[in-house]
Amino acid sequence: MVAWNVCEGTRMNLRERLPILITATAAIALFVAAGLHFDHFFSLRVFVSLFGDKAFMGVAAVGLTFVILTGGIDLSVGSLVGCSSIMAASLIQNGHFHPLVALSLPLLFGLFVGWVQGILVAKFQLPSFLVTLAGLFFCRGMGFRISQEAISIHHPYFDSLTEFAIHLPGHANVNLPPIVFLIVVVIGAFVAKQTPFGRAIYAVGGNAASARLMGLPVQRTLVMAYMVSGFCAALGGGLFALYTSAGNASAGTGLELDAIAAVVIGGTLLSGGFGSVFGTLLGVCILGIVNSAITFQGTLSSWWTKIVIGVLLLAFMLVQKGIERAAKRRVHG
Amino acid sequence: MKKNLPSWFWAVAMLVLLLGFNLFFTPGFFGLHVRDGRIYGSLVDVLNRAAPVALLSLGMTLVIAARGVDLSVGAIMAVAGTVAACLITRPKDTPFAGIDLHGSVLGIVLFSLAVAAVCGLFNGMLVSFFELQPIVATLLLMVAGRGIAQLFSGGQIVTFENPAFANLGKGALLGLPIPIWIAASGFGFFTLLCRGTALGLFVEATGSNPTAARYAGVNAGRILLTVYVLSAVCAGVAGLIGTADIQAADANQAGLYLELDAILAVAVGGTSLMGGRFSLIGSVIGALLMQTLTTTILTRGISTEVTLVVKAAIVVAVCLLQSPIFRQWSRGMFVRARA
Amino acid sequence: MRGISKRFLGVTALEGVEFEVRAGEVHALMGENGAGKSTLIKVMTGVYTPEEGEIVLGDKSIRPRSPDDAVKEGISTVYQEVNLVPNLSVAENICLGREPRGPLGIKWKALRARAEKALARVGVEIDVRRSLGGCSIAIQQMVAIARALDVSAKVLVLDEPTSSLDANEVTQLFDAIRRLRSEGLGIVFVTHFLDQVYELSDRITILRNGQKVGTWNAAELTRLELVSQMIGRDASALDRTISAASSEVNAAKPFLTAKELGREGSVNGLDFEIKPGQVLGLAGLLGSGRTETVRLLFGLDSADKGTLDLDGVSIRHFGPKRAIKQGFGLCVEDRKAEGIFPELTIRENMMVVMQAKQGWLRKIPSTKQKELATDLTGRLKVQPPDIERQIQFLSGGNQQKALLARWLSVDPRLLLLDEPTRGIDVGAKFEIMSLVERLRLEGKSFVFVSSEIAEVVRSATQVLVLRDRKVVGSLEGNAITEENIVNAIAGEAV
Repeated sequence: MVAWNVCEGTRMNLRERLPILITATAAIALFVAAGLHFDHFFSLRVFVSLFGDKAFMGVAAVGLTFVILTGGIDLSVGSLVGCSSIMAASLIQNGHFHPLVALSLPLLFGLFVGWVQGILVAKFQLPSFLVTLAGLFFCRGMGFRISQEAISIHHPYFDSLTEFAIHLPGHANVNLPPIVFLIVVVIGAFVAKQTPFGRAIYAVGGNAASARLMGLPVQRTLVMAYMVSGFCAALGGGLFALYTSAGNASAGTGLELDAIAAVVIGGTLLSGGFGSVFGTLLGVCILGIVNSAITFQGTLSSWWTKIVIGVLLLAFMLVQKGIERAAKRRVHG
Repeated sequence: MKKNLPSWFWAVAMLVLLLGFNLFFTPGFFGLHVRDGRIYGSLVDVLNRAAPVALLSLGMTLVIAARGVDLSVGAIMAVAGTVAACLITRPKDTPFAGIDLHGSVLGIVLFSLAVAAVCGLFNGMLVSFFELQPIVATLLLMVAGRGIAQLFSGGQIVTFENPAFANLGKGALLGLPIPIWIAASGFGFFTLLCRGTALGLFVEATGSNPTAARYAGVNAGRILLTVYVLSAVCAGVAGLIGTADIQAADANQAGLYLELDAILAVAVGGTSLMGGRFSLIGSVIGALLMQTLTTTILTRGISTEVTLVVKAAIVVAVCLLQSPIFRQWSRGMFVRARA
Repeated sequence: MRGISKRFLGVTALEGVEFEVRAGEVHALMGENGAGKSTLIKVMTGVYTPEEGEIVLGDKSIRPRSPDDAVKEGISTVYQEVNLVPNLSVAENICLGREPRGPLGIKWKALRARAEKALARVGVEIDVRRSLGGCSIAIQQMVAIARALDVSAKVLVLDEPTSSLDANEVTQLFDAIRRLRSEGLGIVFVTHFLDQVYELSDRITILRNGQKVGTWNAAELTRLELVSQMIGRDASALDRTISAASSEVNAAKPFLTAKELGREGSVNGLDFEIKPGQVLGLAGLLGSGRTETVRLLFGLDSADKGTLDLDGVSIRHFGPKRAIKQGFGLCVEDRKAEGIFPELTIRENMMVVMQAKQGWLRKIPSTKQKELATDLTGRLKVQPPDIERQIQFLSGGNQQKALLARWLSVDPRLLLLDEPTRGIDVGAKFEIMSLVERLRLEGKSFVFVSSEIAEVVRSATQVLVLRDRKVVGSLEGNAITEENIVNAIAGEAV
């Protein structure tokens, strides 16, 4: 299976594998610790719900991984989730479109937003966080323009989509969002690993000037990375609509932070070039476990999630920095 | 002549345009009237509401001039506001139960700002000592800051009654709301700090060419620490104003997305996002422009969400106008169009 | 393949240069900084397009518009700094952009096989799945060559491939190059290391000031002649003006003494004394350790060998801030990247050192700043004398003068000048040289680095000659002549 074979393209030495190993260890350790601490945590149902709750964020994080691999950042993903969820809801409820059409149109919108952002970053060399900041405002505004209020979706076909589930033993029901998330992870990993576009992303993130001298289409690669991110965020919006049976323009507020955290915890360097979609999956898992554990605890309040994520983020970044410095010393010494 | 345009030219031009529009199309926009010794009117309202973002943009200007960015200011606002509110109410089961400042407003303000300064110190350490990218380093507090604020407040919206403190947000002095005075003195303080001492020169040197700054004997690390602390303190003041205004601290909503407004104000005000030359007055004008825009849209009865879209458009437009590549490209298009 | 010929006029960087490479030869391209080597290479490889002239490959005239274009025509380049992507595997770096593809994406096995084949041509056998960043620079260099070969290159341009390799690695690289030569490739070889030129090349072309000096068969050109042709003899060179003053300098008491000063991988064996009123010239070709010496003295790198004494007190592990406090100043070689603050004004650029020395609280009053800046601008004849103009709009020579003024404002004891006259016009050069002489007479000391031997001869009271990052000679008084320096650089007995 392609997606799991992290080392196919590049046989990584320990230094490069270290971040993802740490992440994987942390994910397992957290899960085991939570399982030992709380009754009923160690069940397939909880495990599946980890993915269910985080599916729309996870999909956006997979797209974001591509942008971060190029060395950029995309802050617009959260608002794009909200905007496309309300867009889909409005198309179904007010526009009387078939749900499949209504869920697809926002994807085009996501591609378009990503394209514009990519052009501004790649061609005009504006700082990516500023461009995507504008994108954040734009999408939020467009979302509220469609509807200030949340729109709940009532449509027989849509209901059949939300109710779709694969039944696993132990009362574990796998709905559509986690399935789509896993499919996106697999496709994302395939694109990153097995296609020239994916390799070009790594090359641009590793050293854009070299990539240009090596004859790679740097601008096109960058634009496409932002388009992938826009597409995934819009897809996340669709999943949000499925998950809640509603569209909400304010959905995904602050989601960009969670997504960035997931990507970074997953071992992707914010300076670009290193990381993997598989790592992002692990990062999403860790966020999910932290979330569930805090919910299970009951007495701990939800804000602990933010603090724990912040601390994890800090720890991972310092570890990455340490590895980077050690490597530099080795090369120069 | 064209070369000598000040960097904030475009912001002023937009502001004048917008005010001119209001002069003709928004009746009463320039109207002022006095009630109970206080001046009321749209203009005062714009100034009053722009005050927090103006304060944020002052600190942000220095951070950006030093080749950084501070995403955590919104969260720091929430932290400072919550600390102040908790110092007043001293809820049980929080660390604040044991701190008695005897309701002294000065004590509360100083304590809250000290907490904000610690946040800034944290950011500065990560950037200067650990050499993390500024976006990432400040992202940490952007995520965790609100969590910490909620930890202080126990997750509640802390409401309080303290007329003396509330004056910071609601009071008036010489007929004008106090936030305006605070923002104005903040501007005065920063101008003095940057132009009255050599800090401005050092910040510009560090942002313009960090290597050359080091070779010239400038302690770039210490400069970075200073600007992040200053930015956090500004955020703290803005947070106090916000909390005092509504007499409540909401750790979730206070200052939400204001970091973005502040960055926009700085960018529109002509400070290059690549670091180097900065303009404090430009950032203040930028903040005023943003607020005038919002108020105009509100008073014209257009739905507020349009503001967001217009803001996005303005940022992209101003950044493109500043981008040499775009100018070259558009000149190329122009020449081709004429041919 | 019959060769490349290229002419073009009107561009100051290169003027009507003709250059020819034959199949199956290694052709060394030599010249000092600014001689036009890199411009010529960039034209050849499609980075620049020439205003005039043409490139003929085989019997076809080509006009590469981008590096990619040139590669497709068969001209590949390996740059001094390895232009590959460190985070990908060796195999990928060789095949990036032209990966073998199947229905399931990239065929890794085929890709690896191709990479191994390309590497075999340069005689390297490694696990191609390793990531490039983990390989030694030498291997990275080989990978870069293998990548060039993967597209069936006819001409291979090697731009200073050996500057970061050790002796063993150089041997390895040269074996690979010889192998490729025997396969019939035309190889252009740019380097500053004379030994390597003679070890490898068949013919040598020398450029100077954007013009071709000539092409020789390597066997027919002596080292001495090579060096003097590269450096050129400035016909307008002034006579040594300061030999008379040397005796006074010798009588003075040294304040800075270096003994066996050195740093692993940087420069070694520095032994010298600096006295008031002395100009210590550092001569040597690029990469010989000149800049490294200056960095050690200014505290940018710290020495791990030997001692440095200032006024009888040993100093070590100091940074630039302390160096400035001790009265040192540094004019860097790369003005743009490490010297100027482009958006700041001439005045601010001048004041920054003085201000940094005073601390941020005690701002120099603006009237005093203006006075000082105007005074310095006048003394150094900075043009235009408008102190509020942004320094980025000044010519190179005037930027350099402004940077000198930056240091003069704090009245340093020792100024380290790294190529102060590089890339500036003759007038400014002359002014800077006279300024150095004037200041020397006032009792200031200098460490002076220049690629132009004539300049060193004209101004130095003592000259250290560096080769391969070691001091190989020291000349004083009347022994300072171009001939002696050239001899020392070329490695012949002084």
